[in-house]
Amino acid sequence: MEAKEINPNIDRNEKVISIRGLKKAFDDFEVLKGVDLDLFKGENLVVLGRSGTGKSVLIKIISGLLQADEGSVNVLGREVGALKPRELDALRLKIGFSFQNSALYDSMTVRENLEFPLIRHAKHMTEAEREDTIQYVLEAVGLLQAINQMPSELSGGQRKRIGIARTLILKPDIMLYDEPTAGLDPITCIEINSLINEVQEKFNTSSIIITHDLTCARAVGDRIVMLLDGQFQREGTFDEVFESNDERVQSFYNYNFID
Amino acid sequence: MDLDKNKPGTASSRRRYVTTRRLDRIFVELANVYRFNARFFKEVWLPPYEFKEIIRQCYEIGVRSLPLISLTGFIIGIVFTNQSRPSLADFGATSLLPALISVAIIRAIGPLVTALIAAGRVGSAIGAELGSMRVTEQIDAMEVSATNPFKFLVVSRVLATTLMIPALTMFTTLVSLLGGYLNVHQNELTSLSVFFYQVFDAITFLDIIASSVKSVIFGYTIGMVGCYKGYNSSKGTEGVGKAANSSVVTAMFLIFIEELLIMQVINTIRAF
Repeated sequence: MEAKEINPNIDRNEKVISIRGLKKAFDDFEVLKGVDLDLFKGENLVVLGRSGTGKSVLIKIISGLLQADEGSVNVLGREVGALKPRELDALRLKIGFSFQNSALYDSMTVRENLEFPLIRHAKHMTEAEREDTIQYVLEAVGLLQAINQMPSELSGGQRKRIGIARTLILKPDIMLYDEPTAGLDPITCIEINSLINEVQEKFNTSSIIITHDLTCARAVGDRIVMLLDGQFQREGTFDEVFESNDERVQSFYNYNFID
Repeated sequence: MDLDKNKPGTASSRRRYVTTRRLDRIFVELANVYRFNARFFKEVWLPPYEFKEIIRQCYEIGVRSLPLISLTGFIIGIVFTNQSRPSLADFGATSLLPALISVAIIRAIGPLVTALIAAGRVGSAIGAELGSMRVTEQIDAMEVSATNPFKFLVVSRVLATTLMIPALTMFTTLVSLLGGYLNVHQNELTSLSVFFYQVFDAITFLDIIASSVKSVIFGYTIGMVGCYKGYNSSKGTEGVGKAANSSVVTAMFLIFIEELLIMQVINTIRAF
């Protein structure tokens, strides 16, 4: 398992996402207790943490699917909580969200899944241009042959790839990956990790990758933050994060890498 | 005065707490239903219009329901005629069978049977489909891709049921009358023209209007209930099953209530 080389094109002067004092609770259970986070242009940021620690809640707040209770969430210079529905939709076109279970539309073929956002948001495109774009993103994820298949005919890894292709089709500036390797076999995990890095290079995206898979974290993360007890406790490269005597951090590491 | 009974943790305070929570839940649910309906009436007028999806849903709901509706309607026509004959025969009034069939089927049985079958076939399908889309995050995926899932999924389906149930009702009514005719023709040797002359002679314009209005309301109810239950489902696969089941039960219950209310209104109008 090799650590990823930090992307030299990261622009540390340009923050694409800036979060300050973010709090979120469900009934009496406080999930996020004042989170601060910056994502720089061109960076792959991995958010590590155990299940139920609020990692997915964090990216759902960034994409406007959930409302924050307190704090500021600034995405590409816009305050997400203050946006009107139309403004939020405009911002969402610049954000790609890859869901944990891919969330492909079951009743549509792969082509129709990819066409769905294009028909609605790239109305200037001719049918031929749409077809070219679909083929380009399918080639980018290595699944051009699946263009006429239904989601139910695809494997878990293929569904993940198509899910990523669907988010890429509108050329987003930011990618949010929710547990990209969850439920996949080790070989497919490696393929998905490579795909995340290829997307960063080819499409020049800035990404937040939510995971509890340390192999994935090491393979794709330029920077890693660890969410513990509702706050980011550790931050840095993979080795920096795990150079800690904190029992919670060590137990997380040991659980993933049992000798 | 027994102060102890008001203390938290006592049996009476627990009962009060549970009752209050139940009332809260009922009022919250009613407010949500109101908001869901209000959102439909707001969004149905606003662009973009999902014509392709509306047509697809009309096909799914209307055309795909035709075999079941035809068979049911035809059998009901025959059975109803057969069961009504002995009562009329006792009074030597079997010649009134076409009029009786006409009034019963056009005024009540046609719209009601169509709506109940559609509630079972279409309502459960809508509830299950949207419920499954909710739990597999497909609705969230639409939302984050800046597509309005309410417009694409809910508005299109409710419009399709509101348009297709009246069309299906007309078809069921026709097929039921045809079933009735075959039975009458076999037993009383009545010709087709005489049968239909008596059928249309027995009903008024108000009956046709009432039947149409009723089926529009039934169609809206089936679509809206299925969409509401599915769109707001939760708790994973268990929630999908519950959404499908309660779509059918709630829609059928509401259809009977609506039938009762509309019948009262029409009878009042008829009295004038």
